[in-house]
Amino acid sequence: MAAPVSVHLEFGGGAELLFDGVKEHHVTLPSQPEPWGMRQLLVWIQRNLLKERPELFVQGDSVRPGILVLINDADWELMGELDYQLQDQDNVVFISTLHGG
Amino acid sequence: MTTFVFCSYILNYYFYYCGYFVTVIFLLVRFSRLTAMDNEMCSLKRQLEEKEKEIAALRSKLAARVEKASELKIQDKVTTLNPLTAKPSLSNEDIMRYSRQLLLPDLGVQGQLKLSQTSVLVVGCGGLGCPLAQYLAAAGIGRLGLLDYDEVELSNLHRQVLHGEENQGQAKALSAARSVIRLNSGVECIPYHLQLSPENALQLVQQYDIVADCSDNVPTRYLVNDACVLSGKPLVSASALRMEGQLTVYNYHGGPCYRCLYPVPPPPETVTNCSDGGVLGVVPGIMGCLQALEVLKIASGQGTACGQQLLLFDAQNARFRSIRLRPKQPSCVVCGEIPSVTRLVDYEAFCGSAATDKCRKLNLLSKDQRITVQDYKSIRDSTGPHILLDVRPLVEVEICSLPSSLNIPLSSLEEKKSKDIQLLQEKISQVKQQMAGDQQAPVYVVCKLGNDSQKAVQLLEKMSGEEVDGITVKDISGGLMAWAKMIDPSFPRY
Repeated sequence: MAAPVSVHLEFGGGAELLFDGVKEHHVTLPSQPEPWGMRQLLVWIQRNLLKERPELFVQGDSVRPGILVLINDADWELMGELDYQLQDQDNVVFISTLHGG
Repeated sequence: MTTFVFCSYILNYYFYYCGYFVTVIFLLVRFSRLTAMDNEMCSLKRQLEEKEKEIAALRSKLAARVEKASELKIQDKVTTLNPLTAKPSLSNEDIMRYSRQLLLPDLGVQGQLKLSQTSVLVVGCGGLGCPLAQYLAAAGIGRLGLLDYDEVELSNLHRQVLHGEENQGQAKALSAARSVIRLNSGVECIPYHLQLSPENALQLVQQYDIVADCSDNVPTRYLVNDACVLSGKPLVSASALRMEGQLTVYNYHGGPCYRCLYPVPPPPETVTNCSDGGVLGVVPGIMGCLQALEVLKIASGQGTACGQQLLLFDAQNARFRSIRLRPKQPSCVVCGEIPSVTRLVDYEAFCGSAATDKCRKLNLLSKDQRITVQDYKSIRDSTGPHILLDVRPLVEVEICSLPSSLNIPLSSLEEKKSKDIQLLQEKISQVKQQMAGDQQAPVYVVCKLGNDSQKAVQLLEKMSGEEVDGITVKDISGGLMAWAKMIDPSFPRY
């Protein structure tokens, strides 16, 4: 069994509007047989935080195009994307890209 | 007696001579005053002559500036530009004008000369492009290409600070160029009143050293990126919405391009523009200034740290955050190892949206599910019982609304918020009581432009028989802005 993991989730660039306008969420992911990865985190967010219109946040098993994921202030592409294994106290940010000028 | 005669004789002479002396002294004083006045006159004349020379110099400068401003020829197509001529050294005026930045060891004379030999293409003269162009011109950039297809509107002025009230209706590119010339007549300005397209973008981008993306829509961002990659130009890109901003430099010294980060465009329905989402003017102002900073550093040879970095600005929490980005992607379709995009493509088709920030017109409903504002005007005039359901967010309802409308935001309908559904049910039964027999209660849904109202009609039809019952739902085509335009000119527009 993997121990529970506490992570700090942030939503920005308008992605927070899918979460009642709340930008910061401190969550504890419960203990489970498998270690917590980004793939499982997205499912957890969808089930526990995202109340409406999931298509505006996820597409397939990843985030929808136009949302950038940052793990501890680095592009998740540098960290293994969906396969990254979450560590306790990790900071995960979901930023919707802005296009206005 | 003799003494008396003698004294009066002396006194007589005394007074005679006194009078004489007084006159002489008086004349002397007068003469010296005249000489002083003469001297003063001479000095004033000299001063006058100097001032006249100064005025003449200023006049000729002003004339040159007016001539330069009137020389501004608006370009409706891309033409070939002469290369910028290299300045061998700074003039005395340059030295005085740029003295405070010349003192910076980071810039110095060499940096200043490089600025004067750099050309920058500004794509979009809006909330980002205005402050960017302003600071580039003030700093002494050599040439500014100012591109925008749009005209100045009143709702632009809170953030697009190069345009004034008197510029409404003018081409933004020209209005911005005139302001820039007023600030620094030494900068060469080329206003382009045209839409950047796959046909003209390459020819244009190739003629500039650095490109700044200040555009407001997704297709243009991909177009500018591809044009920069194909012509090997650094792209300083910023964006802003609501209370947030983002900044990155793409295609710089082997760094990633826009497509490396965003290989697939976002679904059009997830993209919010400034006219929908709103923006606090100072936010693009700050981002445009940051963009100017990066352009100046690249142009003067200092380089940028934003080549593989995303700068996020959260105005609400007054917080900046730097994110380390992925490197250039070998699989990138435009800058990767085996690129498949080797010429510009159709970006509106690629993104599924138009290359403007104007609102899209949705067509979700059939003709019999919609009424015109004229139809709704006659319904209002006939005072027939009905519900006018305004589905805009509360913040917009506070700006303006039609009397006796019921406000339930689209998001509340989507969530089926019980409080709001109950409110609607109560209103339906009230209307039904006013109607004869077992007729259905008419519900007319309105929003700002007639897009959300269509979504609401679809939602209410789905809810029919469950959450709500006994209604016929239609939307008012064109929304409140059509009402303001066709029915009531005194109704506010926003």
